Amino acid sequence: MAIQDRLSGNEAVSIAMKQINPDVMPAFPITPSTEIPQYVSQFIANGEMDTVFIPVESEHSAMSACIGSQSAGGRTVTATSSCGLALMFEMLYVAASNRLPITMAVVNRALSGPININNDHSDSMGARDSGWLQIYAENAQEAYDNFFQCMRIGEHPAVQLPVMCCQDGFITSHAVERMELIETEKVKAFMGEYKPEHYLLNPDETLAVGPYDIPQYYMEHKKAQAVAMENAREAIMEVAKEFEAMTGRKYGMIEEYRMEDAELAMIIIGSSAGTAKEACDELRAAGVKAGVIKVRVFRPFPAEEIVAALKGVKAVAIMDKTESFSANGGPMGAEVKAAMFGKLNDVLVTNYIYGIGGRDVKVDDLKSVYDKLAEMVKTGKAPEHYQYLALRD
Amino acid sequence: MAYNFKEVMERPDRLASGHRMCAGCGAPIAVRGVLRAIKPEDKAVICSATCCLEVSTCMYPYTSWKDSFIHNAFENAAATISGVEAAHKALAAKGKVPQNYKFIAFGGDGGTYDIGFQSLSGAMERNHDMVYVCYDNEAYMNTGIQRSSATPLYADTTTSATGKASSGKTQNRKDLAEVIAAHHVPYVAQTTFIGNLKDLHEKSEKALYTPGAAFLNVLAPCPRGWRYEAEDIGEICKMAVETCFWPLFEVENDVWKINYQPKNKRPIEDFLKTQGRFKHLFKKGNEHLIADIQKEVDHRWELLLKRAQ
Repeated sequence: MAIQDRLSGNEAVSIAMKQINPDVMPAFPITPSTEIPQYVSQFIANGEMDTVFIPVESEHSAMSACIGSQSAGGRTVTATSSCGLALMFEMLYVAASNRLPITMAVVNRALSGPININNDHSDSMGARDSGWLQIYAENAQEAYDNFFQCMRIGEHPAVQLPVMCCQDGFITSHAVERMELIETEKVKAFMGEYKPEHYLLNPDETLAVGPYDIPQYYMEHKKAQAVAMENAREAIMEVAKEFEAMTGRKYGMIEEYRMEDAELAMIIIGSSAGTAKEACDELRAAGVKAGVIKVRVFRPFPAEEIVAALKGVKAVAIMDKTESFSANGGPMGAEVKAAMFGKLNDVLVTNYIYGIGGRDVKVDDLKSVYDKLAEMVKTGKAPEHYQYLALRD
Repeated sequence: MAYNFKEVMERPDRLASGHRMCAGCGAPIAVRGVLRAIKPEDKAVICSATCCLEVSTCMYPYTSWKDSFIHNAFENAAATISGVEAAHKALAAKGKVPQNYKFIAFGGDGGTYDIGFQSLSGAMERNHDMVYVCYDNEAYMNTGIQRSSATPLYADTTTSATGKASSGKTQNRKDLAEVIAAHHVPYVAQTTFIGNLKDLHEKSEKALYTPGAAFLNVLAPCPRGWRYEAEDIGEICKMAVETCFWPLFEVENDVWKINYQPKNKRPIEDFLKTQGRFKHLFKKGNEHLIADIQKEVDHRWELLLKRAQ
């Protein structure tokens, strides 16, 4: 029987780590992900897990030690947020290019400066081209469910890439929700044993990791990495199917909410998707054909799934919880528009920056976005420029 | 066990020949010296910081390393090997891998004294069962001879250049072995290539077979940066020790011991004159600069004598 509990996102992910009982966890505290290494340390202290915890002196060393540990053949996890992820930046690329399936809980928080401890997606979106898979949770249940799936996807033989398991700081990480835990025996069976093909500590074969790569080979190695990211699409669905068989909870690249006959659509990521669904319901009750596309997986990008979901839509708002300073919109705006190009030329598109630095995202704020979409359909015109939602005068 | 030169030298090399390091470079001598101290039946995982050593010994699709090897980045060899060591602890406890592994990180002075200093300090404080070896060639040689915090006073480098208005580096070098000794790790030693390499071997052996974190600082001259002929490396190292510019010492469980005290401490000129990087000091009128260096060397030697009393 599944276990009912009331947990925060951080607690849920820590329990997932306890149930997996990985070999090594190097970590350095940073708000709002700090509780994760704290809980894990306590589980170890209680004798509930035997993971080797490395209390490193920085996030740079956390990711460096993750790379060492995973290369050595150990199943390795860590957690971070914001500036911590930024400090890891150099090493993120190395982890991915070395094809190391490290699983990292990212508790999304705004990057400095100005310094701000609240939620937005500037941290992980800044690392979107580092070669890591990125899977985002809407709530604590998803953060928990995703963590197992992230590790399985990363370790999939056709993938072998590191994965960020993202949840929204404070909103998801600290708010306590009613949720369902999986029995540990089932988790163990689902996760299996980590058996890398090559690893530093293999007594039967030595290995050289991270060689200097010259122009004659570098491109082929990068292409191999890109192929692994493409392979991840199938692995994500394969793992999701297995997960559904175990729990009954269904996951995909995206989640479509009331999109069947939607004319006005919002594409959104993370906890705000819940708010968007509420806004959508209220509008539906008022007869507006509103729908929500929640992006669960941002890397690899679900271009085909989004285009398919947008079929029949008249206007779409692409929501970015980060600024990219391209002076042309946010990263999701760029990705979705690129996906639509040549396929959905008649859909009116607008791109919003919303909720950054922890700015509250209310149902009414998101309803105003649908109002804007309705106006676009009426006038047949989309705004020329991207917009900020709920900006103070 | 007494040092048996013949037996030690006959051990199979764990770093293959044919690597791309310069003739007369100290780094591969340091590496071979350290690796020879691993019991032939024991296994090792070796990490190198980004440096000359790494780019010259592990260029895809080749490797000179007979043991498992990992290069990660410039500033994190200590953190990387600490991750490997932690994984070994986890996997060996589960019986998945053998117990007899040694964990060694190599870095130049740039990757050790400077950009990798935090990572090193963290790994030492956590007391992983590892040996960190700094092959100290006293500047950032891989990027083209820029000054580091290991570069000695008045040395000519490409970022402490000599010219009409400059006599080279204006600061003294950091004493890293002392800094690591202040971490109170089980074993810290400073060495270089002297005679039949007994000092290097014995210190490597102690570092490797003392449980917990150990640090070796090995003066490893660089023919390009120091400007000397390849065959002079032995003499240069000898003069570094005979002038007390680079004393041989070790700190074992906080007990300081000087391994060699010259009967007649040679003047610092005997070390400086062997290298082009100090050539400008021998111009007429620059005697006071040499006196400054002598003063600093004397001062540090006195401090060391006091510590080792």
